[in-house]
Amino acid sequence: MIERSYEKYFRQNRLPHLWCPGCGNGIVMKAIVQAIEKNHAFTQDNTVIVSGIGCSSRASGYMDFDTLHTAHGRAIPFATGVKLANPALNVVVITGDGDCTAIGGNHFIHGCRRNVDLTVILFNNNIYGMTGGQASPMTPLGKKATTAPYGSVDRPFDACKLAEAAGATYVARSTAFHVQHLVKTIEDGLNNRGFSFIEALVQCPTAYGRRNKMGDPAKMMAWMRDNAVMKTAWDKLPDDKKTGDKFPIGLFYQAQAEPYDAAYSHVQEIAGGAAQ
Amino acid sequence: MSAKLMQGNEAIAEGALKAGVRFFGGYPITPSTEIAEGMAKMLPKVGGTFIQMEDEIASMGVVLGASLAGKKVLTASSGPGISLKQELIGYASAAEIPVVIVNVQRVGPSTGQPTAPSQGDVMQARWGTHGDHSIIVLSPWSVREAFDIAVKSVNYAERFRSPVILLTDEIVGHLRENVELPDEVEIYPRRIPKKSRAEGYQPYAPDDDLVPNVANFGEGYHIHVTGLIHDETGFPVGSPKVTRESIKRMHEKIARAEDEIIEVHQEFMDDAEFAVISFGGTSRTAYEAVLNARKRGIKVGFVRLITIFPFATKIIHEVAKNLRGMIVAELNFGQIVNEVERAVKGQCPVKLCAKYDMTIFEPEEIEKSIDELVAEVSK
Repeated sequence: MIERSYEKYFRQNRLPHLWCPGCGNGIVMKAIVQAIEKNHAFTQDNTVIVSGIGCSSRASGYMDFDTLHTAHGRAIPFATGVKLANPALNVVVITGDGDCTAIGGNHFIHGCRRNVDLTVILFNNNIYGMTGGQASPMTPLGKKATTAPYGSVDRPFDACKLAEAAGATYVARSTAFHVQHLVKTIEDGLNNRGFSFIEALVQCPTAYGRRNKMGDPAKMMAWMRDNAVMKTAWDKLPDDKKTGDKFPIGLFYQAQAEPYDAAYSHVQEIAGGAAQ
Repeated sequence: MSAKLMQGNEAIAEGALKAGVRFFGGYPITPSTEIAEGMAKMLPKVGGTFIQMEDEIASMGVVLGASLAGKKVLTASSGPGISLKQELIGYASAAEIPVVIVNVQRVGPSTGQPTAPSQGDVMQARWGTHGDHSIIVLSPWSVREAFDIAVKSVNYAERFRSPVILLTDEIVGHLRENVELPDEVEIYPRRIPKKSRAEGYQPYAPDDDLVPNVANFGEGYHIHVTGLIHDETGFPVGSPKVTRESIKRMHEKIARAEDEIIEVHQEFMDDAEFAVISFGGTSRTAYEAVLNARKRGIKVGFVRLITIFPFATKIIHEVAKNLRGMIVAELNFGQIVNEVERAVKGQCPVKLCAKYDMTIFEPEEIEKSIDELVAEVSK
């Protein structure tokens, strides 16, 4: 008998989802609710799921919480408002590589800077999927997209480095292949009081893999298995081995810092309005 | 009651606070910044929250999130800042989120004349965001009225679950007057669900007044909020019927309350053969021009639009029936004049008195326009 206690976190009447066969988004969405299930401070009544626009951002509609499907790139400002208006709420943000690092790039770095207590999960499929496969700021160099038919010449962001530099207090990466690791990574992110950023690499066989001859979804996941290197091992690799498609996963950065809502509560104390 | 010297922008902050605003998100821009500064100082004193965001778009996003989490919210900006906010004003319309946006108008387009007055954003206030939408736009002519209209704007935002634009200008925003503010104001409370989930609560099911009672986040309703066209459940539906009904209801919820929302200030109209129509800071000059013209024996009346949108079509149409001509005085190249002409329907001549040179009207300029109109219709 397969344990499916996580099913209560989904709006069964909204399923099946609209994602393509073989898409990795469902794996990450499930990992999010499995991580939430392990955290007793997060209930369906006190947790708000906020998303932007794009394939991954449709996840909010399937999840049985208070859910907020915002405008393109704007999930983090909306989520900031929810959290600061009612700090008792837990706020999880679901975003994509275009949503978070292109149109929402400014909001992303400033959310990190303020250390707003959000857990932001970026579903990185390396492409704009919803609009049919245009290059994103996280499309790797040389990869093809409808707007980069000869291969992308735009240097991509490393969203984890960006988050760390901007002030996030939990930064990690995992993939749709490393499911147990992904759940644990999100779980640790939920536990961090502050801006937690998790990049989850997902396969997009329809708009990215097909165009770049990466094979079927299973082959794309095998690529994740073969190229992801745990951070601890990655740090020991000599530079000449950090080549090709190899990339690090795991926890990159963690720090203790006062989250924004706690910092602002001091302002209310000084001003004399803390009790209200 | 306590008498106090303050400027229009400060009065807006005071009024919003009195009406129950407990969250402000903003970005600095002249000539609206005093509203943010006032809120930064006052909100934490009452347990509220002020946040300066990274840009105008984020300022709109953060207040919409806070509104959904149960707070009454305000944001303020000017010209180009308002243009940046327009994306999420559309979201607030579609998702029916209570929010008040103050626009302290300055000369545009673009950076324009950053500290000089203008009324060039009238049509931006009505049609600035994308798509079919309804909106409420109010405009004060004094510091005291700026307070009252701030209260009214917050109440309308809550009552209709709609964005409300408080359209002021640099004249009123930076005008200092001695005002007495009331200790208590009438407050429209946040609408709350009338059913439990077990009783089949639907967050976007319209109440008798066509406005839905959307639950705040964190109250156990597990609602879904989206900018996609949605049905009563709040979830997106790709059907022509739902699209048509949704857009129609969001117009009708405001249209059916028009008689209550629309306020027009009229004076000297009993014997008037002519009238000067104006709004906001320009009305101060228009009033003096009317007084001066009457002293010279011209039977001219004063009409001031307090509610800019929904437009006072019926009232202006009725007013025009008894007039030989109308002046529309506005600090722009001609915007509200088109709405006036549409309402007048050719019953009398409508003459535009426009100014767009970064200075405010002198009474003589409007008087000259009155004299010209009198001469034109007396030929």
